[in-house]
Amino acid sequence: MSAGPNLPTASDAANASLSEGPRKERLKDGAFRIAMLSCLGIALITLITLVVQDAVKGVGSINLDFFTNYASSFPENAGIRAALLGTIWLMGVCALFIIPVGVASAIYLEEYADGDRWYNRFIEVNIQNLAAVPSIIYGILGLAFLVRGPLELGRTVLAGGLTLALLVLPVVIIAGREAIRAVPPSIREGSMALGATKWQTLWKQVLPAAIPGIATGVILALSRAIGETAPLILVGAPIFIAFDPTGLNSSFTVLPLQAFNWISQPQSEFKDLAAAAILVLLGLLLIMNAVAIWLRNRYQQRW
Amino acid sequence: MEATTGSVERVAPGAVSLGATSRHLGERLIRYLLFAATAISVLTTLGILYALLSETIKFFSEVGLVSFITDAEWAPLFEPPQYGIWQLINGTFLITGIAILLAIPLGLGSAVYLSEYATPRARKWIKPVLEVLVGVPTIVFGYFALTFVTPTILQSFLGVDVQIFNALAASLVMAIMILPTIASISEDAMSAVPQGLREGAYGMGATKLQVSTRVVFPAALSGVVAAIVLGISRAIGETMIVLIAAGQQPNSGVDPKQPFETIAAFIAATGKGDIPTGSTEYKTIFAAGMTLFLLTLVFNAIAIRFVRKYRQVYE
Repeated sequence: MSAGPNLPTASDAANASLSEGPRKERLKDGAFRIAMLSCLGIALITLITLVVQDAVKGVGSINLDFFTNYASSFPENAGIRAALLGTIWLMGVCALFIIPVGVASAIYLEEYADGDRWYNRFIEVNIQNLAAVPSIIYGILGLAFLVRGPLELGRTVLAGGLTLALLVLPVVIIAGREAIRAVPPSIREGSMALGATKWQTLWKQVLPAAIPGIATGVILALSRAIGETAPLILVGAPIFIAFDPTGLNSSFTVLPLQAFNWISQPQSEFKDLAAAAILVLLGLLLIMNAVAIWLRNRYQQRW
Repeated sequence: MEATTGSVERVAPGAVSLGATSRHLGERLIRYLLFAATAISVLTTLGILYALLSETIKFFSEVGLVSFITDAEWAPLFEPPQYGIWQLINGTFLITGIAILLAIPLGLGSAVYLSEYATPRARKWIKPVLEVLVGVPTIVFGYFALTFVTPTILQSFLGVDVQIFNALAASLVMAIMILPTIASISEDAMSAVPQGLREGAYGMGATKLQVSTRVVFPAALSGVVAAIVLGISRAIGETMIVLIAAGQQPNSGVDPKQPFETIAAFIAATGKGDIPTGSTEYKTIFAAGMTLFLLTLVFNAIAIRFVRKYRQVYE
């Protein structure tokens, strides 16, 4: 890396033998550097503009009433109370599903599955493919299986939470596997040598050591779930909700759905409310990401 | 990994025989429970396939595959209804295509700069920022396209004659959405190219431009392709940006200043209303979903083959 492009005199000699002179090469090199830097510049500036524009439009609507009021047809009275509570409910359902199922799958694939068996290989490929399926397709799954069809849960908190859980499950499994794989075999062997069974070893030695990695994966999965709108349009439908969700069978709305609802209104006051709801969503995401990074740095173990 | 697990398993029966036999039973029960949890992923795939297939078959028995392919327009609610999926595929390809054409050079350029030019300090700051931006919800991008890119950038600043809902703003913002993904993953691939290759080239008198484009880039190609593939599959399935900013209007043309609709946006726009189960309208969701599913599947299959072909392993 330290060998800069223009430092060695040998390069001049080498370039001299090429058809293009060294000066021309150097000029091209400089132009290339500037081009690459402007790519990064454009990328960062537009992405920052995105966040700043939203903050500028939304910050004026954020006050205590905005958090405690329900949605309303009068923009000055409208708030995100139902959406915020709905988001919390859905994240709760989602977490309760993905933590046990995701961790159990990760343990099975890392510690029990015989990689030579066709069904285990099939499961692995399947999980990778699931991660690439568009989120709207999960919405169709939720609509056909959970809301209607076999389970008939209706447009409820439970149906919404489970749809999101299935959507982000691959994230947890993949992160969980990496965390379990990072625990060195010597830990397992030591535990086994003391007479522990395989499960005792996993439960008392391997899992505790893998918890920071698993927790980071769970938080990242939830931070993907919290911003998902498209599947919930199919499952929840962005209907007008002006009451607190009371349980698993309650109808719901969530922050991104509420924001979408407001964006769809023609009046610009509602668009500003959407910006404010998005700002709250981004705030939640930032907190979750910060916790994930903190967890990773604080509890990361080097063996 | 496999070898150590194997040896551990050989020790286990000896240890168990010293204890109570019920432990052995419990261990097997746990194994089955874990397998059952893992099976949920497979059931998800089967569920998706079943949901899509069963309703799609019903759809085709009513509408017919021929009109799905040959009808000129996608207008399921009109009288007489038309079911030409081509209009939605056209919208998907147009919006995704423009987004990709923009995002690839910008994303790869950012990656090259971060990997080859940026100081370690700058990289340490910019890389996590990109990774956080990967997770920004797409509703944010949709809002940005509708309230800023179309009125402020396109109409006022650039003076482009676009409608309030147009494909251009959706494409531009979609490019911004997939940019961090492409930049971050290809940067990983470029950073992973062994330093020795670069030093060898510098030793031969190569400039940084030559090293970046003729040494690092080819060596990182499989990772770069994987990044682009991930970007494209996110773009194809992207719903909210198109739903909010592109106007929900099927279009056979190629003029991005007009409103368009993609497959994903159609699914969301139709699913929004409370449509009765079993109606033809309900089934269009599944036929469109099946098309989108196959599109991503075929695309991913091609990409995986491509990545395998160009994969280079160092050390």
